[in-house]
Amino acid sequence: MKNLDDKDGPDQPDKRFETIIGLETHVELSTQTKMFCGCRLSFGEKPNSNTCPVCLGHPGSLPVVNKKAVEYAMKIALALNCRINKRTIFHRKNYFYPDMSKNYQISQHDLPIGIGGYVEINMGSHTRRIGITRVHMEEDAGKLVHSGATGRISGADYSIGDFNRAGTPLIEIVTEPEIKSPLEAKQYMITLRNILLYLGVSDCNMEEGSLRCDANVSVRLKDSDRLGTRTEIKNLNSFKFIQKALEYEASRHISLINSGKKVIKQTRHYDDKTQSTKVLRSKEEAHDYRYFPDPDLVPIDIDDCWIKKIKDSIPELPNQKEKRYKDKFGLSDYDSSLLSGDFEISDYFEKTLETYNANPKGICNWLMGDFSAFLNKDQISIKESRIKPEHLARLVRLIDEGKISSNTAKSVFKEMYAKGSDPDDIIKEKGLEQISDKGELEAIVEEAVKNNPDAVSQYKAGKVKAIGFIVGQVMQKTKGKANPALVNEIIIKKIS
Amino acid sequence: MKLTCMKAHELHELIKKKEIKIEDIAGAYIDRIEEADKVINAFITFKPEEIVKNAKRIDRYISEGGEIRHFTGIPIAVKDNICIKDVRTTCASKILSDYYSIYDATVIKKLNEHNFLFLGKANMDEFAMGSSNENSAFGPVRNPWNTERVSGGSSGGPAASVASFEAACSLGSDTGGSIRQPASLCGVIGFKPTYGRVSRYGLASFAASLDQIGPFTRDMTDCINLYNAISGHDEFDSTSIDMKNKKDYGFKAVENLKGMKAGVPKELMIRDIDSEVKASILNTIKILERNGASVEETTLPSLEYALSAYHIIAPSEASSNLAKFDGIRYGLRDKDAQGLREMYRKTRSAGFGPEVKRSIMIGTYFLSSGHYDAYYEKAQKVRTLIINDFKKAFSKYDILVGPSSPTTAFRFGERMDDPLSMYLSDICTIPVNLAGIPAISIPCGLSDEQLPIGFQIMADALREDNIFKAACVLEGEINWKITPKI
Repeated sequence: MKNLDDKDGPDQPDKRFETIIGLETHVELSTQTKMFCGCRLSFGEKPNSNTCPVCLGHPGSLPVVNKKAVEYAMKIALALNCRINKRTIFHRKNYFYPDMSKNYQISQHDLPIGIGGYVEINMGSHTRRIGITRVHMEEDAGKLVHSGATGRISGADYSIGDFNRAGTPLIEIVTEPEIKSPLEAKQYMITLRNILLYLGVSDCNMEEGSLRCDANVSVRLKDSDRLGTRTEIKNLNSFKFIQKALEYEASRHISLINSGKKVIKQTRHYDDKTQSTKVLRSKEEAHDYRYFPDPDLVPIDIDDCWIKKIKDSIPELPNQKEKRYKDKFGLSDYDSSLLSGDFEISDYFEKTLETYNANPKGICNWLMGDFSAFLNKDQISIKESRIKPEHLARLVRLIDEGKISSNTAKSVFKEMYAKGSDPDDIIKEKGLEQISDKGELEAIVEEAVKNNPDAVSQYKAGKVKAIGFIVGQVMQKTKGKANPALVNEIIIKKIS
Repeated sequence: MKLTCMKAHELHELIKKKEIKIEDIAGAYIDRIEEADKVINAFITFKPEEIVKNAKRIDRYISEGGEIRHFTGIPIAVKDNICIKDVRTTCASKILSDYYSIYDATVIKKLNEHNFLFLGKANMDEFAMGSSNENSAFGPVRNPWNTERVSGGSSGGPAASVASFEAACSLGSDTGGSIRQPASLCGVIGFKPTYGRVSRYGLASFAASLDQIGPFTRDMTDCINLYNAISGHDEFDSTSIDMKNKKDYGFKAVENLKGMKAGVPKELMIRDIDSEVKASILNTIKILERNGASVEETTLPSLEYALSAYHIIAPSEASSNLAKFDGIRYGLRDKDAQGLREMYRKTRSAGFGPEVKRSIMIGTYFLSSGHYDAYYEKAQKVRTLIINDFKKAFSKYDILVGPSSPTTAFRFGERMDDPLSMYLSDICTIPVNLAGIPAISIPCGLSDEQLPIGFQIMADALREDNIFKAACVLEGEINWKITPKI
């Protein structure tokens, strides 16, 4: 869950400077097969089990574009408000690396599928619009495992290649250099991840690398209009690291400048252990990728009809959902924003509503209240929780129908969270069902009235609150199961 | 008649009538290869016991009532840049000298459906770069008409194997003339189909936008049959043309060429053409006219730049295509090298021959960011001009004709030290690849030194029928029966 309580992040070391950040985000698509061949995509299988002549780059093999991946890319581009290039082509990006089976990566260069979009991010007090330069398609490389302590290729005795990941469809989303703080960068990533999850195009699992980003950082004096020298931080794969790494890097730039030194254009790596960035490549090499249109692939022509079809397939996105929650369910700005701001929670919310839709606010309260607290305590996501949406719906319904009191509900919820059981079963098993039987309650009330004449006379003397004592007695007798409203009604009838 | 001297369709008739066993055909060809290839060197991989085993399998298949198709049991040689599963595919390079393919090229799958008799992998210029077949890590291929002469390149092996009766027909690849030029020099038919009509899946790329697999045969019937067998849409090749409902070229022989219009581009006839070649081409043009075709000189001005454009585009693509041969996953690796960079460098230094290195270096230069606009992009623009010139010409003519090669087969070493003169060998064939159109080379005569001369016929994209029509009539008229000495 995003934390709207953060203001502008930790103080920057020097208020005279401003930070400029541009992000390049890589998203691994969750298509069934790879970008240019029919190999299955799956994580964590036996090395090199999902490979073929194409993704291994064997002589004579040819790529064929995965249509589904193109559609996913269009979906992303459209959801990020981009224009779709009517003719999109693939280029070869040539460079040598042992995990690249062809020694070139098929990528998009001057005709990417999407250009010129934006993402709106909620900064609590205000909304910011971050420009999207381009959305393009490419393929992922394989993975190398290096022997030796450093785990890096230099100094390793040998390296083993796994090409299961080679050819995985990747989407690169590039922002304009207009993100103004590490917190904004983090918020952008949270928002982007949420949109991608809504679209259902990627599992966005940052630990497994299916969502990762490179950040370009520079600082400049606030009145300057020239960008400072930038450094690039590679492969950031958690929201926390994104913010921490950028904070560290910006302050590093500022101290360099303040001590009269120059920022050197570099590629750096964030080390979580030392909470600092380290040089990855000492000197920025002049990369010449020798881009040229891949002669093995024909251009893809995209007509309006296809664009419309994809547009129509885009589900309700977070900002639309937020609006609907406010308009339709009357939820507060705060609730609507929190619910829609997390795909898993809003998905859970909607599933709950599928079985019981009479009290969205009630369900929302559980999600924002006890449920969140429990999840936070255990550091698990709502998807990992044992409570089924239909069981939460049932719980709220039981309260609404007066079958249990809110107090009882809290203990039932605790049981549900621990065991994943049906609330009805818990109530039955523990005999927690609220007593709403008038005859049964009348006898108990009668006794309580009889045993407490003082309270009755106080009530008759005009002290309305005195009735609470009698209610308390009834509750004690029924172990809290009596329907309080009904008890009240019976007492008043009896003593008036 | 000797079995090895028969055309594929003649063998097919015998096989169909069950008058001959595939094992006998295999035996005859094995004997012939063992005899002739000591000199010719048309084969890189030749395994007689495998051929016999396959022949027996096909015999069994036939005896069990299997369908006998055009190429069932027909002995075919395959250029060594076309992949066959579990067979060594070297591309005539040291870097792949012990590489075994892990899958079948689409053309091989198609021929396997016929149960063809695979004879072996044919020699070639390394990675199909060359015009004389002197750039093979497995030695040069000699011309069956005169073994002091080159066979042409890069498909010298496939051409020579058919010319010397070591194969009934063969498959080659044509990037700038690599089928038509050696066909011309070896006196056989060599056909380059429309780009995209034959799948490139399984053909080790030289220049992907120009490469095309095609047949070598000894007559037109075999050429058309083999083309029909290997062509068609392939979902594994996205540049493959999808012609809905398009079936084989059911070819009907025509008696004459009445109504056919032919153009002779003067750009292919003037410069650097050997006088004997020129005379033979003019004579063949007369035969066309005698058979009812109207022939006139025409001009395609941009052809003047074709050679330059080709020698920018082809090495550029090659530099990228050949990057995968790095010693990491398969093929040669320098095992003593220290570190990754040294391993790349030593492996590639030892693995590639001089012509391939030249291409990679030149192509890398053309694609580099400072030179891309000046070379690669400009060459692509020239390519568009050439395409447009051909389009214009084919709005007027059914076919364009000219020589396949400016000279007959030259001597070994003659052009090796002079790359520019070597590059001129393909001057007549290169424009066709840039335009993606089909073209054929058919034998049209012999020089005084008894060296074959090739006649080239070009047609608009997907108008293979026009080429076949003209070539079949010429074949009948020229009555090509002279066989080489060896």
